[in-house]
Amino acid sequence: MEQFLRGETSRRGFFGLAAGGAAALAVAGPGAARAEPVRTSARIVILGAGAAGTAMANRLAERLEGAAITIVDGRQQHWYQPGFTLVAAGLKPASYTLSDTGDWLSDGVEWIGEHAAAIDPEAQIVTTASGSRLEYDYLIVATGLSLDWDAVEGFSLDQVGQNGIGALYAGPEQAAATWRAMDAFTDKGGVALFGRPPTEMKCAGAPLKYTFLTDDYLRRKGRRDASQIIYAAHNKALFSVPVVDEKAKLIFDERGFDVRWSHVLTGIDAAAKTAHYRVPESRALAADGTVTVTPEREVQIGFDFTNVIPPQRAPQVVRDSGLSWADRWVDQGWIEVDPGTLRHRRYANVFGVGDINGVPKGKTAASVKWQVPVVEDHLVAELDGREGSAIYNGYTSCPMITKIGRAMLVEFDYENRLTPSFPGVIAPLEELWISWLMKEIALKPTYNAMLRGKV
Amino acid sequence: MKELTFETLLAVFEEIFGRGLFWAMVVIAAIVTVAYLYVLVRDRHMSARKFLLAQLFMPLGAVAAVIFVLRMTNSALSDIGGPVDWIVLLGVAAAGAVGLAILVYTAQSLLRPAVKSGAD
Repeated sequence: MEQFLRGETSRRGFFGLAAGGAAALAVAGPGAARAEPVRTSARIVILGAGAAGTAMANRLAERLEGAAITIVDGRQQHWYQPGFTLVAAGLKPASYTLSDTGDWLSDGVEWIGEHAAAIDPEAQIVTTASGSRLEYDYLIVATGLSLDWDAVEGFSLDQVGQNGIGALYAGPEQAAATWRAMDAFTDKGGVALFGRPPTEMKCAGAPLKYTFLTDDYLRRKGRRDASQIIYAAHNKALFSVPVVDEKAKLIFDERGFDVRWSHVLTGIDAAAKTAHYRVPESRALAADGTVTVTPEREVQIGFDFTNVIPPQRAPQVVRDSGLSWADRWVDQGWIEVDPGTLRHRRYANVFGVGDINGVPKGKTAASVKWQVPVVEDHLVAELDGREGSAIYNGYTSCPMITKIGRAMLVEFDYENRLTPSFPGVIAPLEELWISWLMKEIALKPTYNAMLRGKV
Repeated sequence: MKELTFETLLAVFEEIFGRGLFWAMVVIAAIVTVAYLYVLVRDRHMSARKFLLAQLFMPLGAVAAVIFVLRMTNSALSDIGGPVDWIVLLGVAAAGAVGLAILVYTAQSLLRPAVKSGAD
């Protein structure tokens, strides 16, 4: 009988779980019947075939009949960016985050494999890198953002993986190289240095996650006592949502992290293993009413391992287009959209989805999942002669890994309110195994479903 | 997550185990289920003795399922953090226990079918 005991048990068990889930869903039943496609001859151009652009294109292809949907992106590879942290933690190979852009686009979408070189919202024309001119009736900007590596003086991407330098945001290969550097560092111990840029950034939880993961490896390898973990925060907070910030500070304290406030990374000296920071002028009010002014200063911190995250901005082609806010994020160039409808405030036939949007929150794939149906609603309604009603509330989700095997499922909106998906079941600020399971195994299939237009 | 569809659920399981292993498991589970129904229909009764032996295997099934899931998800028992984690873990254990019990019962029935009336 022993031949039956080699694992079939749990396999059956899992089938049971899956079947149970299926039964529950069958009882719940599918949603409303699929809406009839809207007939239109509109020319819709989508800039960028990342998470936002691809999901948007596939949704529109399903909802519209006769529309010319063109997606413009020169990158052949699609990157599953939420997986970069897992790659840089040695839990997944680089290939886990890689697929082909073309594999995700449905038949009704024409893909032009070039980058956009110019956008003229007045003339309603996009010019591609080879000089082709694409006239549009509607433009959806989903370019994502640019990582401004040049803004970190002395740093270049070819340093990643050597001298204890990591840069997991840069791409799958760099994430894997970051893991090699972190693995080597945690074998020996020393000073690990982390931080985040002063600009808006994608997944603001990732710098914290990676700090926690490095700490976890040091503990597992028995090197934590011989190490120091420094987190150089760009301002006075670890996270922009106050309640999450407080929780993060508590855990940082428990784990013995050394936090340096108001440190803005300006450069890296790879040979000397030193990071350079600018600490802005600060003023302190004493009890007797005197004000102490500490002038701006330069600070250096030595490291044995660091993860460089550069300032993040809109791509140059967007910043040159006149679509950016004129008076907000002027050094970053995010586009001027209404935070609720995601429609451009000056060009009504332009929408934004994903990282490029000039809204206070929402540079995550989870936000894309909530933003895509909003833009779809307004655009399809307009083509159907109606008015859209969907509103994006700033929903952002961050499964904040606190160690391998545990995470906090943090979800919030524009107002910094916590918006748990499973209220009363999964507590948002609790370190749970189930939240880890969501990040490690449930997120990618959910993301893939979103790409296919099942938001 | 905005909504959980059956398709997403399948994709989640493919992600956990890998596509090949997951569907192999589904096929094995389906075969065992069909075999179980077959022996029930064939024998027209539940054998108390076989059922008892099957029950004795339940703790083994529970532990094996938990170890399997923890290994597949880079986790450890020390990661269990709150009530919902315990519920999920107990669910995994219960499913493993029931799964192995059915497997053991079916295997006994197939390998040692009742030979005469009145026997188990």
